[in-house]
Amino acid sequence: MKRIVAREEYCIGCRLCEVHCVVQHSRTKNIIKAFKKERVRPTARIHVEESGPESFSLQCRHCDEPSCVYACLTGAMHKDELTGAVVHDPERCIGCWTCLLFCPNGAIAKDAAHGKVVAKCDLCGGQGTPACVENCPNEALVLEEVP
Amino acid sequence: MARRYVIVGNSAGGVGAAEGIRQVDREGQITIVSDEPYPAYSRPMISKYLAGEADLAHMLYRPADFYAKQGIELLTGTAASALDLQAHTLTLADGRRLAWDQLLLATGGTPFVPRTEGLDREGVFTFTTLDDAKRLAAKLSAARRAVVIGGGLIGISVAEALAKKNLAVSVVELKDRILNMVLDEPASVIAEEAVRRAGVEVLCNTTVASVVGRPQNGGAVVSVFLDNGREVPCDLLVVAIGVVPRTDLAKAAGLKVNRGIVVDEHMATDAPGVYACGDCVEAYDFAADVVRPTPVWPNAYLGGRTAGRNMAGDAAVYPGGTACSSLNYFGLSLVSAGVLLPPANDGFQVLSRVEPERGLYRKLVLRGEQLAGLIYVGDINRAGIAFGLMREGAAVAGFAEELLADGFGLISLPRELRQSRLEGKFNGVHP
Repeated sequence: MKRIVAREEYCIGCRLCEVHCVVQHSRTKNIIKAFKKERVRPTARIHVEESGPESFSLQCRHCDEPSCVYACLTGAMHKDELTGAVVHDPERCIGCWTCLLFCPNGAIAKDAAHGKVVAKCDLCGGQGTPACVENCPNEALVLEEVP
Repeated sequence: MARRYVIVGNSAGGVGAAEGIRQVDREGQITIVSDEPYPAYSRPMISKYLAGEADLAHMLYRPADFYAKQGIELLTGTAASALDLQAHTLTLADGRRLAWDQLLLATGGTPFVPRTEGLDREGVFTFTTLDDAKRLAAKLSAARRAVVIGGGLIGISVAEALAKKNLAVSVVELKDRILNMVLDEPASVIAEEAVRRAGVEVLCNTTVASVVGRPQNGGAVVSVFLDNGREVPCDLLVVAIGVVPRTDLAKAAGLKVNRGIVVDEHMATDAPGVYACGDCVEAYDFAADVVRPTPVWPNAYLGGRTAGRNMAGDAAVYPGGTACSSLNYFGLSLVSAGVLLPPANDGFQVLSRVEPERGLYRKLVLRGEQLAGLIYVGDINRAGIAFGLMREGAAVAGFAEELLADGFGLISLPRELRQSRLEGKFNGVHP
């Protein structure tokens, strides 16, 4: 499967990954409209962390042993058998926050745009290069094939 | 010959075991026995059912084709009545007898109902299964007032559903605050405010002393008397005091049982080929550092998954679970885990931060270098980082204070630890 690798030494902390994650998960997929026109702005599924000169960007690691999937009370969180991605079905999510507690990376967030469910990286549907990787200006996020 | 696996119980633990078995053994015959008439459903969602927000299709824990796809035979609506450890058989209430090579008991818990006078009247309910929710839902249209005995998670969940259905609800809690098993005092105060704001009456430091019924109509409940003498009228009475491990089958078979069925780190009982998991067992609680029942859904699944892998011949170790809760009832955002009220002068240290105007409360309990407990209220988005450190047993004393701050994250962790997280390595989950 493919996994996004975060390379701390290359991250410049520009947060373009967050911006493009929002655009990718917006209704119009247009940067101006997503931020200026759409009534609800999607929650970014990626998070830049910064402290002094250090920064890195992190989204779901799509773990081999996904605590969030094991802990999920409804089955909304599951591992896609084909792609290996940890994916989330908002229709089955009740926003109980159990996965938030069980993700060791804090990579799952309350979905501010859609009320009582969570939001997490979906690898942009598994098709092609995820928006955060595509738009990273310094290759701090790269897509790698992992066994 | 293909191994014959028999699983008693079709909820988080039973499903976890079946999935654990299938990770290792694609060929073995898996049979799941359930006394409920449904495929596995999300038990915590029965309050959504009661509130009219979800039906069974919406509540399914696994997709509808799960059993067929995984090659699992599901026997629903039939209880297991006897277990023979020598003959390796399980007898069902309908007379069928199943032979097994490996067996799992995931029998769950039974609601505790005290011997209070009148609790056998019509209009009195427990609330742990979908059938409980259906029975209660059928009475809603004719009901105006409800009393819930027990201010724990189940009690608060049913209180929320009843309030959504416009019933006048009173929660009766024996101790001095609601959610006292899953929160500390400041967090309970925040939770109680949210419950009261929704119009639910909270009555603490008291309990139901007797239940009054109509003289006619089968003596259906009309009110309860509290032990302080007050009478609270009600058409419905829900007993939600707690659940006790359901161990009758295990006991009758001669398995070792204390408070729950005794299992080792592989989730194996003291009988060869027999495993147990979930609300019916007592297992290692790494935070409290004791063996005890921790009846929460994630532990049931993880214990089941561990058991399943071992039943199929693998050597998986249960990493230990602890009491943990997350709460969204009454609009709350709140998580807790581990030791919340450490005994004084026992090597514990407590760090906390309160900002009532923002609805923010955070508390960390440290034992030596390690985290033993946590509570996050309000902004809970990254609380998983703290719980992850706790499950890993990481030395956090050097930076624990930062975990209370706004904007804390993996950046707060020492470089080595942070790097392992970035690489997707986490040592807190074993199976």
